[in-house]
Amino acid sequence: MRTRLAGYGFIGLGLLIFSLLICIGFGSVHLPAGEIARILLHQLPGLGRWIQPDWSVASEQIVMQVRLPRVLLGLLVGASLAVAGSAFQGVLRNPLADPFTLGVSSGSAVGAAVLIFFGWQFSLLGIFTLPVVAFLTGAATLWIVMWLARENGKIPIESLILSGVVMQSFLGAVVSFLTAMSKRTINEILYWTMGSLSLRGWSYTAILLPYLLLGGLYLWSRSRSLNLLALGERQAAHSGLNVESTKLAVLLVATLMTAAAVSVSGVIGFVGLVVPHMIRLVTGPDYRLIIPLSALGGGIFMMWSDLAARSLLAPTEIPLGVITAFIGAPFFAYLLYRKKKAREREMR
Amino acid sequence: MIEVQNAAKSYGRLHALKEISWKVEPGEFWGVIGPNGSGKSTLLSLISGIEAPDHGEISLSGQPIASYNRKALSRKLAVLQQDGLPPVSFTVREVIEMGRFPFLDWRGREKDGHAEKLMQSIMDRLELGDLADRQLSSLSGGQRQRAALGKVMAQQPEVVLLDEPTTYLDIRYQQQFMELVAGWQREEGLTVISVMHDLNLASLYCDRLLVLNAGSLVAMGAPSEILNSDTMESVFDVKSHIVAHPDTGVPQLLLQKDAKNGWSEAGD
Repeated sequence: MRTRLAGYGFIGLGLLIFSLLICIGFGSVHLPAGEIARILLHQLPGLGRWIQPDWSVASEQIVMQVRLPRVLLGLLVGASLAVAGSAFQGVLRNPLADPFTLGVSSGSAVGAAVLIFFGWQFSLLGIFTLPVVAFLTGAATLWIVMWLARENGKIPIESLILSGVVMQSFLGAVVSFLTAMSKRTINEILYWTMGSLSLRGWSYTAILLPYLLLGGLYLWSRSRSLNLLALGERQAAHSGLNVESTKLAVLLVATLMTAAAVSVSGVIGFVGLVVPHMIRLVTGPDYRLIIPLSALGGGIFMMWSDLAARSLLAPTEIPLGVITAFIGAPFFAYLLYRKKKAREREMR
Repeated sequence: MIEVQNAAKSYGRLHALKEISWKVEPGEFWGVIGPNGSGKSTLLSLISGIEAPDHGEISLSGQPIASYNRKALSRKLAVLQQDGLPPVSFTVREVIEMGRFPFLDWRGREKDGHAEKLMQSIMDRLELGDLADRQLSSLSGGQRQRAALGKVMAQQPEVVLLDEPTTYLDIRYQQQFMELVAGWQREEGLTVISVMHDLNLASLYCDRLLVLNAGSLVAMGAPSEILNSDTMESVFDVKSHIVAHPDTGVPQLLLQKDAKNGWSEAGD
């Protein structure tokens, strides 16, 4: 397990760094990857004096003030959503679950949008107000979705997704309504309903990082429990797992990570669905591998999606959620199709 | 080892179990028999601590089941469900290792590191060596049930509860499975409580039988005291002959063929 994690992790980190350099390089001014690497290494304490600055001040400004914060924010948002998605899938034992399909993202967006609409985003708890309120509305949404879907103490896979979709379209409408009332440009609405990483400074990265680190580590520490849950709740209880408290804690932490991501980037769908499944295809069902590798994979996926969002129709930006939906929705359809096939095989 | 005192359980208006008292000594192999809906599985799930009795008390080694936390309980008591393990894509080895869950510290390490030897001995005993790296989803029902038994063995329990463990197995695997359990029980001095559908298997492998009917305890004792035509007729509503097993002399059941009686008020 350890050696496999180290192997995959090494490949993943390599891909991550490669993606980072490419994604920073692209834009109105093209920067070569080697130069970016030297600019970044120069920033590292202790390494700075070994590298002679032979680049223009403008390049450094572009890298450090414009592109790097945006690319890093994409990395963190993608990682948070992917880890949250794998946790939702594990604890609900539902391959179609993800922060977006469960309506948690939209629930968080409503909380954030209300705060911003009334200008309350720094009241009460300072910079924590936005993530905390987004978490509360996200958790309330999740609770309603699960309550709607529950039949005889069980939650069938399809009805959970159906309830999620219902909540998601309703809450999406609320967000659109609020943004329409605020008389701002159409971009604001698109930002909240389809997500964007544009014009985000370092402060947003700083807000999200602790949620990703602490939440991700916590969920990783529960990965053995998620493995046990894959055998069924009763089986897991017989093997010594406290099923109810584990489920509650994992759901809440995954919701918190979603809320933190949504409050800095708006609603970006399907990342938490696509990435863990891709990882699973490579590693198999072990959550001790799936959770950390989903973080890497989610980061990489989001950096490339954002690159596509800002460069395909440059200088116009495509909303980020449009890109992820182009990839994610067909993937969702494929998962549905595969489930149907599996069921038909069982019937025969 | 296990003491059940006046335990009762209802689901809505259905009295699944009515005031049962029962004592299991260490090292005994008990079979729980009775018609469908007689409360066998309810009794097992009360002892396993998954459900609590409405009233009455169940204790394990002198302490109430409810006073154990799940991990501590799983170190003493293991359960093999009727449907065993689902067809997941974990390998046999990974699933058996999951049985060690209650013995791991918060970092996922064994508290005392002899797990490697234990795993090997389980693999050898159950002849799972060739299957160790196969995914559960690619195994037959009998192989999957053997893997489930391996996971239970990895728990190193003092008490094992089996819920109709041979239901989905063909006759060869039924015998193989019961032999494996009996061998394990003899070597480790294990206490086994098994809900049994097949009365002949129960008679062959269990020291003592507990008979339930409509949620009440009807009889308990050695198979030779329990399995007779009268009990068969009053509890299971079947007419039968009892013969002695040629090898050991334990009672074995032969059904009487009678088309007229076969369906008369045979309640489920």
